[in-house]
Amino acid sequence: MRELTERALNLAEVQGAGYADIRIVRRESQGITVKNGVVEALSSSENQGFGVRVVVDGAWGFASSAYLKPAEVDRVTALAVQIAKASALVKTRDVDLGPPVVHIATYRTPVEVDPFAVSLEKKIELLLAADEAMRRAKGVKVAKGNMAFIREHKIFANTEGSFIEQEIIESGAGLEATAVGEDDVQRRSYPNSFGRHQGTAGYEFIEALDLAGNAGRIAEEAVALLTAPQCPSGTMTVILGAAQLALQVHESCGHPVELDRVFGTEASYAGTSFLTAEKLGKFRYGSEIVNITADATVPGGLGTFGYDDEGVPAQRTPIVREGIFVGYLTSRETAAMLGRQSNGAMRADGWNRIPLIRMTNINLEPGEWDFEDLIADTDDGIYMEMNKSWSIDDKRLNFQFGTEIAYQIKKGKLGQMYKNATYTGITPQFWADCDAICNEKYWSMWSTPNCGKGQPSQIARVGHGTAPARFRNVRVGVMK
Amino acid sequence: MLGEKKIREITARVLSLSQADQTEVLVFSDDSQLTRFANSYIHQNVAERDVHVRVRAVVGKRIGVASTNDLSRESLEKVVETALAVARLQLENPDFVSLPEPAPISEVRAFSEATAGFTPEARARAVGAICRRAVENDLVASGAFSTAVQEIAVANSLGVFAYFLTTLADLKTVIMSDDSSGYGASIAWDVEQIDAEAVGAEAVDKALRSRNPREIDPGRYTVILEEYATEDIVEMLSYVGLGALAVQEGRSFMCDRFGEQIVSPAISLWDDGLDPRGLPLPFDFEGVPKKRVSLIEKGVAMNVVYDSYTAGKEGKASTGHGLPAPNTFGPLPINMFMAPGQATLEEMIASTERGILVTRFWYTRPVHPKLAIITGMTRDGTFLIEKGEVAYPVKNLRFTQSYLDALSSVEMVGRTTKLVRSDFELNGNHVPALKLGEFEFTGITK
Repeated sequence: MRELTERALNLAEVQGAGYADIRIVRRESQGITVKNGVVEALSSSENQGFGVRVVVDGAWGFASSAYLKPAEVDRVTALAVQIAKASALVKTRDVDLGPPVVHIATYRTPVEVDPFAVSLEKKIELLLAADEAMRRAKGVKVAKGNMAFIREHKIFANTEGSFIEQEIIESGAGLEATAVGEDDVQRRSYPNSFGRHQGTAGYEFIEALDLAGNAGRIAEEAVALLTAPQCPSGTMTVILGAAQLALQVHESCGHPVELDRVFGTEASYAGTSFLTAEKLGKFRYGSEIVNITADATVPGGLGTFGYDDEGVPAQRTPIVREGIFVGYLTSRETAAMLGRQSNGAMRADGWNRIPLIRMTNINLEPGEWDFEDLIADTDDGIYMEMNKSWSIDDKRLNFQFGTEIAYQIKKGKLGQMYKNATYTGITPQFWADCDAICNEKYWSMWSTPNCGKGQPSQIARVGHGTAPARFRNVRVGVMK
Repeated sequence: MLGEKKIREITARVLSLSQADQTEVLVFSDDSQLTRFANSYIHQNVAERDVHVRVRAVVGKRIGVASTNDLSRESLEKVVETALAVARLQLENPDFVSLPEPAPISEVRAFSEATAGFTPEARARAVGAICRRAVENDLVASGAFSTAVQEIAVANSLGVFAYFLTTLADLKTVIMSDDSSGYGASIAWDVEQIDAEAVGAEAVDKALRSRNPREIDPGRYTVILEEYATEDIVEMLSYVGLGALAVQEGRSFMCDRFGEQIVSPAISLWDDGLDPRGLPLPFDFEGVPKKRVSLIEKGVAMNVVYDSYTAGKEGKASTGHGLPAPNTFGPLPINMFMAPGQATLEEMIASTERGILVTRFWYTRPVHPKLAIITGMTRDGTFLIEKGEVAYPVKNLRFTQSYLDALSSVEMVGRTTKLVRSDFELNGNHVPALKLGEFEFTGITK
């Protein structure tokens, strides 16, 4: 592969590139979906190719191809240069990447059990056992389970002298029970909604989930939700479960601290951010107990890696400290615009996409409360868990989330189950009203394996560490 | 571009290698380029050449799928072996009947030499025109202009061979000031149909007119939806309920309501993959010819769309709406058309005592799929209408609203329709502007 990377980088320089990098990526994936006692989908895919990114005349160009041949490397590199020259026709300033970042390194996700070495029979057996347990609950119309495994081998080389080889391995699984009543449909998921929970880990991650042990419980909850009353509306105290809070962090903290959004380069699609540059270090994002960290080094996190796709090492960066907004997720180019160094958040969805600023693991640091004490300390409120619907505006201020399940909290005790719970708010007001966060015992890593951004669209797989937390004065319930 | 001859060779080789009872091979080749701009300059500019070969092997009622993007002999042999090995590991799926049999496929053209030969320089010139117009008006331009040549081919061991060569050109822009934004978009298979100046002018005009937005109280309003917003409604209805699997699983709003009035008689909606006004695709990802399917006719729930699996389950014929295997989501209509009415946008505004004009919706998500309750925000130009005139721009609003109830309160339907790319980017839908009597806004942003 060295010959191909050197061929591209040399050719790019000869053709006028002031900077060039090449990534050669090979991704293997395996997906299993089980539904109502049958294996509905079982697939295996291999995908490989390379992408060449260049700066010519102070502007970016990128071209990519699935055909890993020397002649194609030449064509693609020349095309990237041609595209960069076209970009230079409409530019307002020259690209500045800041000082060189040079690393010659390798990284591999530490795994105990290679998920691709585990037989498909064993994986299917585990999913079918969970599926059967879900279908034992009368009223469950669709029981679904899935597993996904990814092995991505990446080579990164640039004209500054970096050469980095990485192998990232991911394992994930999830269950979903859908109960259908006369006029209603209700769903419960485990361990996370919208597919699955995933981590950079081996098959040991799947075994630790205890899918079969939780299948019956979620199925019964889905059925019970059909006859549960509608969640009441009003302004009230809400305790969010850790999985729901992970999505809250993702949407209302993770996205607005992406510095490319702040600088407007995602304006036409994903939108911009309310956390504009002059707020850095000054703006009160949340209450004093709110501490949020971007950490690409957490073992097992879905946003954990060795080096980002610009060759910058994985890092741990404070985002919010004691409620004050103190840090962005950055790339080399955007960090240079603030006079800073990249904190390594550039990732591309495969060989055919350019790296964009993506979340790593955006974690709400644990607080001091035991969950039981938090409930006991709450006189009147609602406990909500597991995301069912989500929507947020293009500046990441006005959000509305729905959860799969909710419970009344009355005089310090969990009571009545509610369905169709939703809550809405404005990001900094909502976090300012956070008055309690559970401790490390209740803190765990969650994942968002389907984060969309960019044109052409890219999917990133990112992590979020959270523990349950309490929020005051939340507007609950908007459905007619 | 691989060309039909080369793709025939690939599919024939795959089928000859397979030991499965039935085998299907899907080839998708893509040669696409995209120029992206923000802050009134080009900041991302990319090209991609890729090909996917996806093999579905059937052994009895067991199905396995494997895919690769490597066309080497060894890789094609491996993908066939993997699909077969995966199928053999499966349990029988009693609902599976068969891969589709061959059927005549209608001719439709959606290929443009101009699109295929469109250069990075030509895209830069178009983008430059939009950026200049924005800068001249003290505004900031962002957006993307993409062009692509795509080939889709499906072959199976029962004799199906379907091949389609198509082009696509897609331009979108958001123009912003400090406190406002405007939107313009155009999509066509022929790039010569895209007028970049007009797209830029539309967005600049909206951005200028939506400056100094005021807050208004959320609540129930009459709304006028431009075509971009109407498209979100049909796309969401498709997503939550217009496919057969959603009905078979009991999660669709169409369940037990076929033949009933579900929305206003002013609404007719159908899917037609052969209509050249859309982005035609004459067959689905199983190689089944696309049929025109009436989904809602004069407000009455008529049909949903089928792939071979969901059709087999009901003893029906596929309507040609299958997605690539393995597809656990079921079939979807991706070439929808809503019937136009008689009104112009000006007539809709003039007839409104008090209401809200919406350019487009953003980040819409189902809250209650079976009731088609959706939440989302307005974006890029939201205005209060008073006494038949646009009074002033307003800050973006959040809505939480059943799209079915919204379509039940249709008061006027636009006399023209526009092709709008779906957010899911599967294809495009052709829709008019709408005036709806009631629409529930549940929040406002800052």
